[in-house]
Amino acid sequence: MGVLARDLTGDVSRRSFLISAALAGGGLVMGLRPVGSAAAAETAALTPFIRIPPQGPVQLVIASAEMGQGVYMGLATLIAEELELRLDQVEAVAAPADRKLYGHPVLGDQITGGSVTIRGFWEPMRRAGATARALLIAAAAQQWGAPAASLRAESGEVVDPATGRRLPYGALAAEAARLPVPEQVALKSPGEFKLIGKVQERIDTPAKVNGAARFGLDARPPGVKFAALAICPTFGGALKAVDDARASQVKGVRQIVKLSDAVAVVADHTGAARKGLAALDITWDRGPNGALTTEELERRADAAVEGPAVVAHRTGDVAAAEAAHPRGVEAVYRMPILCHSAMEPMNCTVHLRPDGCDVWVGTQVADRARRAAAEAAGLPEDKVVVHNQFLGGGFGRRLDHDNVTLAVRVAREVEGPVQVVWSREEDIRHDSYRYLNRSRLSVRLGPDGMPASWSHRVVGPAIMDRFLPIFFKDGVDLDIVGGAESPYDIPNKLVDFVRHEAPVGMLTGNWRGVGPTRNAPAVEGGIDEAAHLAGVEPVEYRRRLLSKSPRLRAVLDLVVERSGWGGALGPGRGRGVALLQDFGSFAATVAQVHVDASGRLTVERIDCAVDCGVVINPEIVRQQVESGVVYGLSAALYGRLTVADGAIVEGNFDDAPVVRINECPAIETHIVASSEAPGGVGELSTPGVAPALMNAIFAATGKRLRSLPLAVAELQRA
Amino acid sequence: MVYSVNVNGVRHEVDVDPDTPLLWVLRDVIGLTGTKFGCGVAMCGACTVHLNGLAVRSCITQIQDVGSAEVMTVESIGETAEGRRVQKAWLELDVVQCGYCQSGQIMSAAALIATNSKPSDEDIDAVMAGNICRCGTYPRIRAAIKRAAAEGI
Amino acid sequence: MRSLLARFPRAGFASLAAGVLSAALLSFGSGAVDKPAAPAPDPRPLQGVASFQSVSDKAERSRALFTEAAKVITDPRCMNCHPSANRVPTQGDDMHPHVPFINAGDSGIGSGGLSCGACHRADNTTLAGARLIKSIPGANPWLLAPHSMGWQGLTLGEICGQLKDPGRNGGRTLSDIRRHMSEDHLVGWAWHPGEGRRPAPGTQQAFGALISAWIETGAECPS
Repeated sequence: MGVLARDLTGDVSRRSFLISAALAGGGLVMGLRPVGSAAAAETAALTPFIRIPPQGPVQLVIASAEMGQGVYMGLATLIAEELELRLDQVEAVAAPADRKLYGHPVLGDQITGGSVTIRGFWEPMRRAGATARALLIAAAAQQWGAPAASLRAESGEVVDPATGRRLPYGALAAEAARLPVPEQVALKSPGEFKLIGKVQERIDTPAKVNGAARFGLDARPPGVKFAALAICPTFGGALKAVDDARASQVKGVRQIVKLSDAVAVVADHTGAARKGLAALDITWDRGPNGALTTEELERRADAAVEGPAVVAHRTGDVAAAEAAHPRGVEAVYRMPILCHSAMEPMNCTVHLRPDGCDVWVGTQVADRARRAAAEAAGLPEDKVVVHNQFLGGGFGRRLDHDNVTLAVRVAREVEGPVQVVWSREEDIRHDSYRYLNRSRLSVRLGPDGMPASWSHRVVGPAIMDRFLPIFFKDGVDLDIVGGAESPYDIPNKLVDFVRHEAPVGMLTGNWRGVGPTRNAPAVEGGIDEAAHLAGVEPVEYRRRLLSKSPRLRAVLDLVVERSGWGGALGPGRGRGVALLQDFGSFAATVAQVHVDASGRLTVERIDCAVDCGVVINPEIVRQQVESGVVYGLSAALYGRLTVADGAIVEGNFDDAPVVRINECPAIETHIVASSEAPGGVGELSTPGVAPALMNAIFAATGKRLRSLPLAVAELQRA
Repeated sequence: MVYSVNVNGVRHEVDVDPDTPLLWVLRDVIGLTGTKFGCGVAMCGACTVHLNGLAVRSCITQIQDVGSAEVMTVESIGETAEGRRVQKAWLELDVVQCGYCQSGQIMSAAALIATNSKPSDEDIDAVMAGNICRCGTYPRIRAAIKRAAAEGI
Repeated sequence: MRSLLARFPRAGFASLAAGVLSAALLSFGSGAVDKPAAPAPDPRPLQGVASFQSVSDKAERSRALFTEAAKVITDPRCMNCHPSANRVPTQGDDMHPHVPFINAGDSGIGSGGLSCGACHRADNTTLAGARLIKSIPGANPWLLAPHSMGWQGLTLGEICGQLKDPGRNGGRTLSDIRRHMSEDHLVGWAWHPGEGRRPAPGTQQAFGALISAWIETGAECPS
């Protein structure tokens, strides 16, 4: 959530203190084991994040979910740096569901989202590594009768430089676990980093090139059965009747489970389950929304632009400025319904027993998943174990746990473990959507052509009210308005928010880049429109408004330098720029497009310059920039879901297409070297893509597009 | 009906309906989960395996059509020279992010370089456009295919 | 370490066709996936040969017969695999570019790495739960028409000229053409295109009869 940029710095140090205090106060609370000869042979836990076996790799317990963004590598690197381990000496394991031990320091829950992992765990993970290092050295000091200060830790061993004697961590860990946890530990200074800042091969990827890596859909508890699921297609509808005569005859089908709003066919393998599901005759009660159409929903969203609105941000006096300056840009930007389309369709595997429950799933919210499973199962929380797997893409979809609740509801009727598999159609038609959004922008220009006022009305759902209420304040969803005020130095600003929700029964949620993604088209399109009206070159216009934002100016300068901005392109070609300051980081994107005589759009190249503070692994930053660009590009070109008869129309990659390799432009990433506090990268490059493209299309054709997906048909009508 | 299928050099007997997609035989009946489910309609390529060295989409290849063909999945592709070079290039160039699509990408790429030692961008487009990635690894896939192909010359 | 090619010589590009065919042949005799149901009433019939007897001028009758047969030739079920500008098939009744993008190449069966057969099997494959696409077409073999037989964008007269030209029709005589149209299995697919796909007009038998009659009347081409 972009809003966290403001909250994180103070709270992180406070929370780090809390973790340290807990470590100091009670070894038992934090999972340190009492010693005994049996215990000596066991793996010893030094802090909840480090498990050291007598032999073999040290297990680093990763609090965040790995969905491709590289947190296994990032967090492991932080711990290993201070713990003096090489990366080939560690293995990363998913943390269990436990918000007290593994909750994000600022979010207060075990949530992987908002690009906050590194910002939140930068210090705590280093502190954990340093604490364990200190304990291991203390254990060696005790054993050797040598002063701890004279000993060193290096590459998994404690070494006495004076004598050359050395002991591997595995031989010291059990002893170390008994020692009192130090209140203060020294962290390395950047000059001492061996791992942080270096390009290293990710530790999660070798298993992902040979089929060994396990995702949620790969969970195979012994005896597992497989269930194919049909959820009521209309929002807020229900299951009315099921004729399962044909389905029951399908070889391998074991049982049919009917829920209030869904039906599942349980079988020996997913093929039989899907075949059985296709053989069901289902009658749905379409419910109160059964007649809804895209046209009606768009009409409602457009009407909502009129308000009433709640003020989210106010500086100066916009009303007065607008009265004084009639010339400007008035625009309404329109954004469609988007789904996530992660490659791994939603799924969840549950083994429900009278006395407990195991859940295997790839989730961005492990502890919420546990709570949801417990509630659906009617069990106390501590009887539910969540085994978090690799996620086949998250993008914000797996911040919701509707798949877990549904799977437990199915499992209540099934003996033994059952894996509930959503088809791609169910995945698209029951997403946690980025709902219809509108932005109404009014930018008035002073006599010098620079903006005298900026008024941005944000219209959309208040996701935070449901998802993370600490970010819903006084009627304002702090995420959806994130960045709406723009980063530009404009004396009079007003941002207000009209809460406009999706129909009841339609789940809406977090989509990569969240508030910043939905605001960037209006903000960066709007400032571009203002520049054009003022007759000033778009980069120069922005530069003049960033005198108070040196880091943003710096990424703008870098991307201009590297993208060839300003160079001649020839007819039908154009470049567009977009800036973003959010997630604790800074990004500048340039897109280069070609629109041919028939109006067909080709995206030729995208450059992205980023400043994310201290970089832990430059290659992962590059990967994430590329990732965010392609994700944003896909939505900008194709992202749009429609509604008919109260249900989402699209269902697979034929009618909900995504970008493929033959449509992927060259992507160049440029990283600013920085020693500032680390910022987020996972979503950083997504918001700028759509506006950079819109601005590039304007440069190439003179056509200003204000709605997404890019209306290629409009270009062709030129 | 009982079918005998040869997967990665091992024979398995499976008792399933004739129209059962090979994908589920591999993942659920035999237990090889490396091959992935992404769409079920041959649109995404996540399910790509080899039948006698040819890339096919196992989500729409029915068990009754497999017969005595040798099925090879990502779990064994590293035993072939092309598969090994692809996996090596994939790791050297940091292709992988979430990894879910990569089994299919690697199987398609191995089949591509087995028959084309110097693929052009057009050649790569023509084969790999059938494999979707949502994490944006396309530029690195392209570079890794060229590297893996070049190493075989 | 053995290469894929060494283990599977049939995977070599040069023998790709053989590989595709033999993989396809593995299913021969195993039973069609889509057993055709009782034939539905013909929604778009072709006029029979007899209805052209009234055209007294033989050349004119010949052209009229061809024009009727061309309702099949220009139907998307045929046209989609007869592109002329490139080697990319089209799809659907609206003939949009094939999704996912596929280049059938000079061979017409794809390139090494992705042959048409990767998805298009020896028979139509019904897809459970799909909405827009209810089945994936299949036939043995499945391939794109050669360059010289590209029809998209051509007039009936130009298509007619191509059909008659042994230099462009695969070295066929008119008798070969008649046999190809009336009996070829892949041509016949157009009338059994799989669930969710509209068949070509008429039947292969009716189509073949029109072609025969066209040839008998001198194989005249519309202008």
